[in-house]
Amino acid sequence: MVSFKVNGVSRDFDGDPKMPILWYVRDELGLAGTKFGCGMALCGACTVHVDGQAVRACVTPLAAAEGKEVTTIEGLDPKGNHPVQRAWRAHNVPQCGYCQSGQIMQAASLLKANPDPTDQEIVGGMQGNICRCGTYQRILAAVRTAASEV
Amino acid sequence: MAHITHLKRREFLKSTGVSAVLVLGAHVVPNPIIAAVRAQTAATVQPNLFVGIDADGTVTLTCSRSEMGQGVRTGIPMILADELEADWTRVKIWQAPGDETKYDPAGKDGQNTDGSRSTRHSFEVMRELGASARQLLEKAAAQKWDVDPSEVYAKDHRIYHTNTGDSFDFGEVVDVAAKIPVPSGEGAPKLKLKHPSEWKYIGKDMPVVDNFDMSTGKAGYGADASLPGMKIAVVARPPVFRGKVKSFNAKEALKVPGVEKVFEIPALADDMPAQFRALGGVAVIGSNSWSVMEGRKKLKIKWDDGPFTKHDSQTYDESLRESARQGGSVIRNRGDVPGALAKADKVVEAEYFVPYFIHTPMEPPVALVDANVRPVQVWAPTQAPNETRQYVAEALGLEKTDVECHVTLLGGAFGRKSKPDFACEAAILSKEMGAPVRVQWTREDDVRNGYYHAASAQHLKGGLDASGKLVAWHHCVASPSLLGLWNPAQKTLIPLEAGMGLVDVPYNNVPNIQVETGKTDVMIRVGWYRSVNNIQHAFAINSFANELAAAAGRDPLEFMLELIGDADEMDVRKEGVKEFWNYGDSVEDWPIMPKRLSNALRIVAKKAGYGKPMAKGHGLGLACHRAFHSYVATAVHVVVRDDGSLHIPQVNVAIDCGRYVNPEGIRKQMEGATIYGHTVARHGKITTSKGAVDQSNFHDYPVTRMSDAPLDVRVHVVDDYTHLRPCGVGEPGVPPYAPALSNAVYNATGKRHRALPLAT
Repeated sequence: MVSFKVNGVSRDFDGDPKMPILWYVRDELGLAGTKFGCGMALCGACTVHVDGQAVRACVTPLAAAEGKEVTTIEGLDPKGNHPVQRAWRAHNVPQCGYCQSGQIMQAASLLKANPDPTDQEIVGGMQGNICRCGTYQRILAAVRTAASEV
Repeated sequence: MAHITHLKRREFLKSTGVSAVLVLGAHVVPNPIIAAVRAQTAATVQPNLFVGIDADGTVTLTCSRSEMGQGVRTGIPMILADELEADWTRVKIWQAPGDETKYDPAGKDGQNTDGSRSTRHSFEVMRELGASARQLLEKAAAQKWDVDPSEVYAKDHRIYHTNTGDSFDFGEVVDVAAKIPVPSGEGAPKLKLKHPSEWKYIGKDMPVVDNFDMSTGKAGYGADASLPGMKIAVVARPPVFRGKVKSFNAKEALKVPGVEKVFEIPALADDMPAQFRALGGVAVIGSNSWSVMEGRKKLKIKWDDGPFTKHDSQTYDESLRESARQGGSVIRNRGDVPGALAKADKVVEAEYFVPYFIHTPMEPPVALVDANVRPVQVWAPTQAPNETRQYVAEALGLEKTDVECHVTLLGGAFGRKSKPDFACEAAILSKEMGAPVRVQWTREDDVRNGYYHAASAQHLKGGLDASGKLVAWHHCVASPSLLGLWNPAQKTLIPLEAGMGLVDVPYNNVPNIQVETGKTDVMIRVGWYRSVNNIQHAFAINSFANELAAAAGRDPLEFMLELIGDADEMDVRKEGVKEFWNYGDSVEDWPIMPKRLSNALRIVAKKAGYGKPMAKGHGLGLACHRAFHSYVATAVHVVVRDDGSLHIPQVNVAIDCGRYVNPEGIRKQMEGATIYGHTVARHGKITTSKGAVDQSNFHDYPVTRMSDAPLDVRVHVVDDYTHLRPCGVGEPGVPPYAPALSNAVYNATGKRHRALPLAT
């Protein structure tokens, strides 16, 4: 049995604790905002927060969440108005949108740790998140904007 | 206007309705596309299948093309809304399912979203559909006021009476409008379209309609579609194209908790071409994605690798090069190239190579099918809902009309999701399980079992006269054809492939041009990839033009402009091109216009500050290309560091895509195409050993990340030609990037690269 919180709700899981957080939130909780992209922590589409820290949910087992707070894109802000989300819309960042939950979760975590990052620090913090549509330029701009608000 | 017909409300709901089996359960992920369908049950008038107006004034517009990031769910409804005079803030978008008899009003593409053609083929008919709906509302208001329709007009979601200034909201005339038959055929009043100067949305920046959902995790993709009782499956597919399962042992796989069944999807019969059919393999089916993925790792499968183990990149690539050197069928012949080369002052030769690529959309292929109801229900991130219906029907032994295909958002596609093999797998497994099944491809599946962008070798020869003018251009390409999917014996490129920047090389001022295609075998599934053969053709042509400029001791910009010239039109059909494929359109409507290409090149050179002295290690490279009727020129500023690594401080892109709808969307597509082109230029490379793809995931098939991406892409949308028809936007930004970068590297270092990805 593993016990943890997801978006503020206490959860117990008595299945295989090796199951990655990604598949638990998607298949068991129906929280589909967190995406599968590579399964090897190479693309960041599955990024969630564990105790506020960005992790790749596709390789992080539920066991690692024991006693901790997992936050998915659905739990980032009750109304979807986290400064990063607002900046994303202001800069019209998404194209297909699929990687954007992971990008936003990564950016939110980055800004929490470093509220005033340089461009180089933004690039360094975001380079683990792949976007095949190529929205990087707008992501950079949106993170800059969000940094001025957090 | 034959397509505009008045539908009774019940018929509309029937045509747009979703099957009752789709009840959202506790396990089920809410899907905004499903919700949008259900909102149609309010009191509504539907002047046509693309416009619905509720009594509260909410306007529902149909998007019948697939949204994969190119912004079509915003762009096409903007056209409808503009002519309708709707207020965009009161518009909802409804995604049409696959039914080309209803949702392809231009009758050109069968709803296929590829070839950068949605806007150019929909523009006029969407205007008509919007205008016809507006005229119905105007007529209804006139009836309410008992005045002549000529005295009323619609503006900003209201209908006004000219004389009195009275007005109704759109919603207030729905009751009357619902009773007015839409006149059609002869005798119908002529549609009054808005003058372009009256457009309020077309040509103006619009953020995409899905921004909120996409920034909050609510957007519904194929991987998020779900049905009660649904099972999840992964499939172990043959490592080599046309391989088969010899035998397998599922004992250990079945021990994994959550795994319910292991089932062999039969391989295609030897005489069945691959097309978009399932590859066959061993499926592991269960209740949880992770369980089935773990179960698949425990399968023990013996494969019969089949006939393509000889497909080895080392030998195959060399065979392409040899074929390109040998020459082949002449597909364009202007003047006398052999004669001109014999007389030339200087002859330059070069060979270019571009490898296989794979699309890697961030959402790997995935589809949900319930094959146990009629009509069969498919939910898929598909670019081709009607081909999906056709191939799913074939897989199940049914008719196309027995299959409904609902189109989710596509988590990237780039051509991969035009090929519904993944939906066929889900259909076969759903029938076997007696339950809905969602097949999830992993990234490894996507990389190893895809449809590959064709590898190509190109041999070019140019003749310069004593004054440094190019007098002869000879180009031969050897590359496996995507027609191999239908005809495995296909040996040469077809007009569709040669028409993508090869046979239509825009160097209109060169007096002698000869283009040839060499022979080669197709040994893997070759399929179209964002901008298709344009990638290699633009790379070789623009690189070689710069090589020739260097050989002539001339400035590459001036040299390229001289080659292209400023003619209004170039008609290659007069030069031995028997079947000129013009992106499926007539040459009369969308001619090749050299002056638009040179114009784009001049603009981008100016914007990029071409000609100014550059610091050591810096280079500015130019390239331009016509694709999908659009003219794109790219200028890349590169810094080559001492360790050979590259930094790209700025990219300028000029695009002339004729009449355009959403300039913000165009900028985004050019920014994205630049990044996509950067992957092509720097990373993309699929190789095979004994027939099997060597790569598997982003560690050995890297793509552009923020750390190596150009992050200052400046887009210049040409609007000198706004009287022209709309042209493509989604793809044409890709081809010029790699040669512009390569030319920039040459200008920085003096080193010429003739293969992608650039080895620096």
